Amino acid sequence: MNEQRRLRLLVGKVGLDGHDRGAKIIARAFRDAGFEVIYTGLHQSPDQVVNTAIQEDVDAVSLSILSGAHMHLFGKVIELLRERDSGDIKVFGGGIIPEEDIPRLKELGVVELFTPGATTEDVISWVRENIHPRAV
Amino acid sequence: MSDPKKSRNRTEWEDSTLSESLDRFPERNVDFSTVSSLPIERLYTPEDLGPDWNYDEKLGYPGEYPYTRGIHPTMHRGRLWTMRQFAGFGSAQQTNERFKYLLSQGQTGLSVAFDLPTLMGRDSDDELAQGEVGKEGVAIDSLADMEVLFDGIPLDKVSTSMTINAPAAVIFCMYLAVAEKQGVPIEKLSGTLQNDILKEYIAQKEWIYPPRPHMRLITDLMGFCTDNVPKWNSISISGYHIREAGSTAVQELAFTLADGIGYVEAGIEAGQDVDAFAPRLSYFFNSHNDFFEEICKMRAARRIWAKTMKEKFGAKNPRSWMLRFHTQTAGCSLTAQQPYNNIVRVTVQALAAILGGTQSLHTNSLDETLALPSENAVTIALRTQQILAEESGVTNTVDPLAGSYFVESLTDKMEADAMAYINRIAEMGGIIPAIEAGFPQKEIADASYKYQQQIDGAEKSVVGVNRHTMEHELGERPEILRIGEEVEREQLARLQQMKSERDEAQVQRDLETLRKAAETDENLMPLMLQAVRNYATVQEISFALVPVFGTYREVSVL
Repeated sequence: MNEQRRLRLLVGKVGLDGHDRGAKIIARAFRDAGFEVIYTGLHQSPDQVVNTAIQEDVDAVSLSILSGAHMHLFGKVIELLRERDSGDIKVFGGGIIPEEDIPRLKELGVVELFTPGATTEDVISWVRENIHPRAV
Repeated sequence: MSDPKKSRNRTEWEDSTLSESLDRFPERNVDFSTVSSLPIERLYTPEDLGPDWNYDEKLGYPGEYPYTRGIHPTMHRGRLWTMRQFAGFGSAQQTNERFKYLLSQGQTGLSVAFDLPTLMGRDSDDELAQGEVGKEGVAIDSLADMEVLFDGIPLDKVSTSMTINAPAAVIFCMYLAVAEKQGVPIEKLSGTLQNDILKEYIAQKEWIYPPRPHMRLITDLMGFCTDNVPKWNSISISGYHIREAGSTAVQELAFTLADGIGYVEAGIEAGQDVDAFAPRLSYFFNSHNDFFEEICKMRAARRIWAKTMKEKFGAKNPRSWMLRFHTQTAGCSLTAQQPYNNIVRVTVQALAAILGGTQSLHTNSLDETLALPSENAVTIALRTQQILAEESGVTNTVDPLAGSYFVESLTDKMEADAMAYINRIAEMGGIIPAIEAGFPQKEIADASYKYQQQIDGAEKSVVGVNRHTMEHELGERPEILRIGEEVEREQLARLQQMKSERDEAQVQRDLETLRKAAETDENLMPLMLQAVRNYATVQEISFALVPVFGTYREVSVL
């Protein structure tokens, strides 16, 4: 059996939103689950997040947005990843996101969204099933 | 050997009645601890207070030191708390309409929520503001927006609370300038500026400058208020955000009071008389689900503050000893699942705040885990307060829970645990070195991770999430307030138009004067007010100080 390399995940806070409780919990839970985690810290522009994702060669980007700016910010990150030939880096996330916005976000290319009440185990098992190391 | 702390009767009870009962009916197999994991005993008796427990020393009378029972002799019999719903969304015009609606519904004070760009001291046309304008609060770029926000609202009659921190001084100047335009003398203004930058580094994370230079802005503002706006609360020292970031109740109590101590130290260091500024410091606490823990937290807070102000800082004015506070129910306790259940949570939390002796209260709306509150939801939240005030009877007597063996034991315990943190922070050199070392941040991150694991493992119950879940919705999905994309477009157009109409050369001169003064120890408030009057923007004024103050970058603590 080939030993698979560990998943590398970026946990990002994009925009001006300072609510980092969820992002920090998820980052710690990913780390405890054995993933490699890069946490961007606060107040990152979409451009900064995409740069970090590419430089760190991550398998997926997970964004936590509680500011109501999710349509703009998810859209911008996905657009920039595609522009930079990194559309294979999957984008998922969570936060305060009204249910009606979820189909629109998925159309934009967000693969999954976790809203209040999701457990860290829900997110981790989803990642194990759906995010795989990218072909290098 | 028998435990000397226990009276014979209690030991007898434990050996006979209790043990027989436990044999036949064991207690439920749950963790009897608070939401913050503070263990709670089966029963409290006089022994828990100990032989030295002294009424006059621990409680005293309401309106007297150490204020454990409340800061007013008659508390809510004399005057109800101020019902103050935090509101702000979209444009200044939209928020002005919500304010007028809330006042027409019996609300007694205003509370402004600003959008994220404003909270970060950035204009709506800044690159980082894209997609965020008016989303989480009202967008304010300049005095022009503030004029619209308070249009038709007489500032000498309404008290206003403004949740603004990093650019608090600038926004306060805008409020002063609106008062000037309304012909209201600024010494008549009453209200509260959050202006609590220390908890930004700890929890809320909306900053511009590093802590040390920012403290100069705080002391400038405190001094300016003492001299010119004496009825204004210059800082609302906030535990709310610390709790929302995942702290325990004791951590909220400890870090908030440690921040308060930091401001008093800074004021004294700046040469101000403690009794001149301390009476205008107020507090802001969270009220979470655990009913008694919250009440005891608020009672302990009053006692710690009174002792600290009198004994540590030598304040002589009783108003300096009094901890006055606003409360908001816990947003983080609400669930997106079965959202109507949130009305019940808010009721319990609001009741705790009232029994804890709050001076003003915001009750959260049932839909706040989904979006900003709709008008219906905010009305139910306000009605919740009105029912508690006018129907429940809890306002008939002062501090009704005093003397409960449990309540007094828990109050003492929370005081002791909070003091252990406060003393540890003092040993680190005070709250600023503690923040720079990431100490409160790390304690909170650990507590929030532990709590999340307790919820994930269903050790702590959250109805509708890990207990009593449903496949289908309970009731209709609440309508949601949406902020249209046109808000940002219109705000950008307003900003551009304002800039084209103002005296640009004058604005640039004002900003240069301000920057130069920042290099001296001149009070910056009058100069900011001048720039505001000439329509300099939040970002222009805030960032004029960056060459002198620098910017803050957090070292992330996971």
